[in-house]
Amino acid sequence: MNTPDPNVGNLRAPRWLTPFGLFALLFFIGAQLTAFFISPPERDMGNLQKIIYVHLPGAWLMGVAYLVVMVASIGYLWKRRERQDLVAASAAEVGLVLNGLTLALGSLWARPTWGVWWTWDPRLTTTAILFVIFAGYFALRSFVDDDDRRARWSAVVGILGFINFIIVYMSVRWWRTLHQVQSSPETLDSPYVLGVRLNAIAFLFLMIFFIAYRYHIARIERATQSLEEERALTGGAVHV
Amino acid sequence: MSAGHEWSRVSAMVWKDLTAEWRAKASFHAVVFLAGLILMLFGFALGPDQDALAEAGAGIIWLTLLFSGVLTFNRCYERELEDGAFEALLLYPGDRRSLFLGKLLSNLAFLLMVELLILPAAALLYGLPILESVLPLAVVLGLGTLGFVTLGTFYAAMASRLRAREVLLPLLLFPMLIPLLLASVEATGALLEGDAMGRAAGWIRLLVVFDAVFVTASFLAFEYVIEE
Amino acid sequence: MRKFARRWVLRGIDLRVDAGEIVALTGRNGSGKTTLLRICATLLRPTRGSGSVLGLDLVSDAAAIRHHVGLLGHAAGVYDDLTAGENLAFGLRMQGQHPDASRITSALERVGLETEAGERARGFSAGMRRRLALARLLLRPPRLLLLDEPFASFDAEGVQLVNTFATDVARAGGAVLLTTHDMSRGRGVFDRRLHISGGRVAEGALDADDRDLIEMLELP
Repeated sequence: MNTPDPNVGNLRAPRWLTPFGLFALLFFIGAQLTAFFISPPERDMGNLQKIIYVHLPGAWLMGVAYLVVMVASIGYLWKRRERQDLVAASAAEVGLVLNGLTLALGSLWARPTWGVWWTWDPRLTTTAILFVIFAGYFALRSFVDDDDRRARWSAVVGILGFINFIIVYMSVRWWRTLHQVQSSPETLDSPYVLGVRLNAIAFLFLMIFFIAYRYHIARIERATQSLEEERALTGGAVHV
Repeated sequence: MSAGHEWSRVSAMVWKDLTAEWRAKASFHAVVFLAGLILMLFGFALGPDQDALAEAGAGIIWLTLLFSGVLTFNRCYERELEDGAFEALLLYPGDRRSLFLGKLLSNLAFLLMVELLILPAAALLYGLPILESVLPLAVVLGLGTLGFVTLGTFYAAMASRLRAREVLLPLLLFPMLIPLLLASVEATGALLEGDAMGRAAGWIRLLVVFDAVFVTASFLAFEYVIEE
Repeated sequence: MRKFARRWVLRGIDLRVDAGEIVALTGRNGSGKTTLLRICATLLRPTRGSGSVLGLDLVSDAAAIRHHVGLLGHAAGVYDDLTAGENLAFGLRMQGQHPDASRITSALERVGLETEAGERARGFSAGMRRRLALARLLLRPPRLLLLDEPFASFDAEGVQLVNTFATDVARAGGAVLLTTHDMSRGRGVFDRRLHISGGRVAEGALDADDRDLIEMLELP
């Protein structure tokens, strides 16, 4: 049973959304500035190093967003509440954007560092594969008309895709070490850790804001749809 | 329904699919010829240096299998969808996962038969010493095909019922198969080179893990996918 | 309630069919007759609300319901590359039963397809396919028989087969719900008529012609 949100009549955005958004934005700016100023240029990379203040948190939060997709998807399969499907799709959208951002920044970093636009680095490769998996998630959604079927099928695709995340990473990493290719450093030196952590928190706030906002829009879209159908069927007055 | 009944359902599905396929024969011939053609195309694209081709042999074999094999999955549901037999299948009393197992087994049999023809062909074209490690190669082939068929049958249950099925199935399926592709190619490659360092074993373990995870996950999730 | 694609097709269905009854559900094309039948057969879940068939919940006991329900839909669901006999054998095995040759033969005889037992279904006409589907149902007479436009693509003989089957099921204590948009076929077989329109079901008024031929039963 696909139970529509009982609060469909109350479509106002939650009160905390706008102030939280502003707060997240300011925190982000603050975190970026702090990171920029407290950290010295890295010995090898110079100021390019500063890209990790967006690249790394972006990558981590992409993982968190996709985790939200998986949890919401499991929730939908269990309880069949429309709300859970909308949360999953919103989180997937935010995750996909972060995913694309991580890929672009990773590529931008690779170019000056190793002279190539792409390396088969396990993390970058896994990120690319995840991008395709979740692009597929949205392709699937666009082809299914029935709400319940769309929710069920994308939930399954999202869950399986996320499960594969770990296996993909492990296999690519192993593949690389076997062929003796150098990996990028995994540990961060201490002057940079604070900056990265601060920005990770900033990204967390931004991610929460964007998912909540996207979810809000999705609810409005869904409610609009229902009203249009009601009107078409009854041909007249509609009670909300 | 008891396990005996469920098993009867599974074997009925397998019998039905293989019998229908045997009588129509269209699919099998098409897939085998396509696979052969793809093998040749790789030769043209990557050759003609024999050594380079032999080195790429494992990769060529597995890509050929993936590209030609992917055709079977949507097809296996199309037979049901053509005359509305799909609904009849859903209406029979019993566990619907038997439908999945049945399709999985018949697809597995189908692809293994294709591989039986393609592997020697590849060995001939690219000078691959398959006879020297036939048994381990068979294990890798079996495990790799199992994972391929499991996920292919699973995703096709969705894709075959949508408009853009030819594009959607590869788009959904292939990213999921990447660990399987890596492991199968690496293990096959190591075995073809004599596997002096015993590298194949580790990749075979990964294949086993991959298969275990996704066979389980597909079975658990099938009920959600097969409903109308 | 059931939402299909982007349309609410059924809303607030309140439907009762009692043991021994044959109920005809009429309505224009697209009125939701097929959807209702498919929900009763557990092929579809209600989008909202709940329902039960034979005392079993549509969602939580769907598997149990399938043991007792039979549906003859628009599509015959016949495999082209199998013979008529093999199609029925497959049907039996899918129900966990042994593909008994004599049962298959007698089912084929009842629908007039015994001479086609060894013929592949590929060459069958639409009417023959539906008869084969009917034979498949005959092999396991259900307690609730659902027939979707059973008179379509059937000649007079086929219609008679359907009527006989429906009557047999009702007499055995089962119930029949069939949909049609043509009340002229199958005269004398309905106990009650319901009409579906705007997604809702209502008792249908009987036309003067029908009254003479249809037995009116007391509704409990």
